[in-house]
Amino acid sequence: MSIITKLALAAGLATALSSAVLAQDVSGKVIGFSQIGSESGWRAAETAVTRQQAEERGVDLKFADAQQKQENQIKAIRGFIAQGVDAILVAPVVATGWDDVLAEAKEAEIPVVLLDRGVDAPEDLYLTSVASDQVKEGRVAGEWLVEAVGDEDCNVVELQGTVGSTPAINRKAGFEEAIAGHDNITISQSQTGDFTRSKGKEVMEAFIKASNNAADICAVYAHNDDMAVGAIQAIKDAGLKPGEDILVVSIDAVPDIFSAIAAGEANATVELTPNMAGPAFDALAAYWADGTEPEKFIITESKLYTADSDPQGEYERRKDLGY
Amino acid sequence: MTMRRALSRMANPQLLALVGVLLINWILFPNFFRITWQDGRLFGSVIDVLNRGAPVAILAIGMVGVIATKGVDLSVGAVMAVAGAVAATLVVAGYPAPVAVVAALLVGLLCGLWNGFLVAVLDIQPIVATLVLMVAGRGIAQLITEGFIVTFNDPLLVFIGTGSLLGLPMATVIAIAMLVLVTLLVRKTAIGLFIEAVGVNRAAATLAGIRSRMLLMLVYGLSGLCAAVAGLIVAGDIRGADANNAGLWLELDAILAVVIGGTSLLGGRFSVPLAVVGALIIQAMNTGILVSGFPPEFNLIVKAALIFLVLIIQSPLATRVVVVKRPVREAGK
Repeated sequence: MSIITKLALAAGLATALSSAVLAQDVSGKVIGFSQIGSESGWRAAETAVTRQQAEERGVDLKFADAQQKQENQIKAIRGFIAQGVDAILVAPVVATGWDDVLAEAKEAEIPVVLLDRGVDAPEDLYLTSVASDQVKEGRVAGEWLVEAVGDEDCNVVELQGTVGSTPAINRKAGFEEAIAGHDNITISQSQTGDFTRSKGKEVMEAFIKASNNAADICAVYAHNDDMAVGAIQAIKDAGLKPGEDILVVSIDAVPDIFSAIAAGEANATVELTPNMAGPAFDALAAYWADGTEPEKFIITESKLYTADSDPQGEYERRKDLGY
Repeated sequence: MTMRRALSRMANPQLLALVGVLLINWILFPNFFRITWQDGRLFGSVIDVLNRGAPVAILAIGMVGVIATKGVDLSVGAVMAVAGAVAATLVVAGYPAPVAVVAALLVGLLCGLWNGFLVAVLDIQPIVATLVLMVAGRGIAQLITEGFIVTFNDPLLVFIGTGSLLGLPMATVIAIAMLVLVTLLVRKTAIGLFIEAVGVNRAAATLAGIRSRMLLMLVYGLSGLCAAVAGLIVAGDIRGADANNAGLWLELDAILAVVIGGTSLLGGRFSVPLAVVGALIIQAMNTGILVSGFPPEFNLIVKAALIFLVLIIQSPLATRVVVVKRPVREAGK
């Protein structure tokens, strides 16, 4: 046996061992997952990825769909406690009203991990929360635009999310932060498209007319991909080329924006990863292994995708996740 | 005489309000009335008003008959979502587009007849009866689409939503066609009179020989059918069926359009064309807000203030002030 095969074997053995150790951490555990419901495509993808992650790690996932109602979530969590699960994942539908049920879980010594959204409850009532940094998402989108336009003057129109919603406020703030030092980039118009395709299209139509048939618009920044998809159609209807005449940057990274990027009709998107469960399982594994208390706020990566990041492949990878 | 008649018709509060809103838009955005020719179609903010206002106008055309019978149809927004979902999933599954369109229209009609059955046969109050489908309908749409936004590129469906005929957006053409058809239906036959009779007093109308059950089924069925048409337009517009958002809250806009159009929620006298004018007023406001550059935080306040104004213009008090100058005409109408 040559030294190389020995090494290769050893390396293979080590990998097998370490993955076995990793897998052992959460494998065989029973974990309850209280999902909000099927409010959006992203939510469906989060559910799909959570199931996928659980299967890969050998977790017995108990899934409860709350149909957008907090009382259902509380019932589900109480149910999980009664069944004596090893841990509970919750994607809380609202921020308030969790103190009692979280205290019951703590009483039963079941660690709770919050996914995607935070709650207004004392921090010691849950193990950790896994969420994206929405301000950073906006900042990454803004930084991309700063890079893309260079020194040229650029009027950006902004399609905001639902007025007053947290992602809309944060993604707006992050984008403004990124373009703050660059006087050549200004937000010329900003309106809400309610996170939907049809409103995104309608608002973009109005923007195009209000700015000299789009002669004054250099880019559109949409707080989510769906509004960007609507805006792209509005730009096409006006006889212009989205992606060239008007740059399109948005947030979420849903499959349809990747087909648009592949077709050259959109330029960039920032990912809101649906894999919130992965980091949660990692944190639980570390906690069970040697009692490591994870950080209270685990921030997921806000990755930028452009035409250079294999948009067609990304589309194929995502299209069956339930977006 | 005809001239004076035309003038007095022009002076009705709904048209005045529409002109007023358009003028405000024009002041806030001087290019509002600019229309250009672009890729074989008219292009401009006014065209946007006609195009974007079409779904609510079509809903209002169906809603006005329901409200005239002292009813209300809260389910139209959800029925829009169902119709869009049916059409989209069928074309994606490979069925020919005409089949998908007909199926969507039939499903809409069926939803309407279900409402009519609850109201006319089971005597459930309309607001409760249609609330059932308002809630369930969106769930049904979500079941059909399995929670996805079902996207399609079928030429016929896309044409219904974004095509153009004689330079006008297809949605507008469909709305005009439905307006003419339904107006003829209710004004050139006795159906309009029957609707008013049932709305004023269903028991009396029944005793007078009107088959009020049949009639209620008809108006709710028509409302469901209109909702399906609107649902097809909205789905075609974004090339996808969005079960969560298609038609969301549009039932309220439709009811508002009918009320702005002067039809009383207490039933009785109604006007289909004025309900469409009501829908145009609402859309003119929406488009005006978008082009004027107000921060979005003001959208709802501006809209509420304008609607308040429109309602004041057509309140009995305002009518009395106007009527002082031409007292007899109203009574003679």
